[in-house]
Amino acid sequence: MNALIRAALLGLVLSATAHAAIDTYEFKSDAERERYRSLIEELRCPKCQNQNIADSDAPIAMDLRREIYRMLGEGQSDEQIVDYLVARYGDFVRYKPPLDGRTLLLWYGPAGLLAVGFGVLAVILVRRRRRATGPASTSLSPAERERLATLLDKKDP
Amino acid sequence: MKRAILLLPLALFLGVAAFLYRGLFLDPAELPSALIGKPFPPFSLPAVEEPGRTLTVEDLKGKPSLVNVWATWCVSCKVEHPVLNELARRGVNIVGVNYKDDNASALKWLKEFHNPYQLNIRDEQGSLGLDLGVYGAPETFLVDRHGIIRHKFVGVIDERVWREQLAARYQELLDE
Repeated sequence: MNALIRAALLGLVLSATAHAAIDTYEFKSDAERERYRSLIEELRCPKCQNQNIADSDAPIAMDLRREIYRMLGEGQSDEQIVDYLVARYGDFVRYKPPLDGRTLLLWYGPAGLLAVGFGVLAVILVRRRRRATGPASTSLSPAERERLATLLDKKDP
Repeated sequence: MKRAILLLPLALFLGVAAFLYRGLFLDPAELPSALIGKPFPPFSLPAVEEPGRTLTVEDLKGKPSLVNVWATWCVSCKVEHPVLNELARRGVNIVGVNYKDDNASALKWLKEFHNPYQLNIRDEQGSLGLDLGVYGAPETFLVDRHGIIRHKFVGVIDERVWREQLAARYQELLDE
């Protein structure tokens, strides 16, 4: 049992160092390192379908990490770097697609469906309330009241 | 009117179902190139066979070409190679981009398996590949006589792919 725990711990330590070994770039400042980190985490590797550039071991992901590092060193903005990659690999590299005609449904579809749902719910609730309270609150016109009275009178004897 | 509203959920469901059903048959590995309709990216790189010669985008202009990204480390390129030889024999103008490769191995490969390429661009650093949005060899671009990228195919070109997807497009470029 003890040996098992020790092996697991060793595995953890090893995987941690293996992960750290990927980052071998040197940055001018912590802010730049942070920008690099967030960029490679928010961009998708074109080769591997659903991994970001940071996590992928594909050669293309390595190239792109190097390219992003180079562009950061040149003082380019995050936006310029993302645009550079989108110009080559298309919107696929962005996990967050831009808002345009094709992606309108993607961006507003869920909110739209939710709004429709609330709308339907509201209509149902209003109708139900009107039905429940409706007949009681309707007051009779004087003519109707008179007719009612005569009807009741007739039945009485 | 009230009856029609009762059918609304069914209509919504059918819409979503049709959408998802179509999704079953889409290939997520097939990325549309961001470069379709754009000029071939400018480059200035040596030729594989003649190290002294510098190739530029001007060398691609004049006639339509199939720009094929290949490498000796790429296993599927070996499968594709005989097909390219056959296409070259039929007169298709093929330009190679030797992507992130060692030039000596590239030369050996061309000698051993024949050379279907009219020109062969040596992209040792992968810089042209990056500009082309290459994410894995083999990839093939159809470039028209003005140097505009018209179509991209990712993966191995075999007889069927050529017949069904590329031949007509290439012919169209020839006829323009």
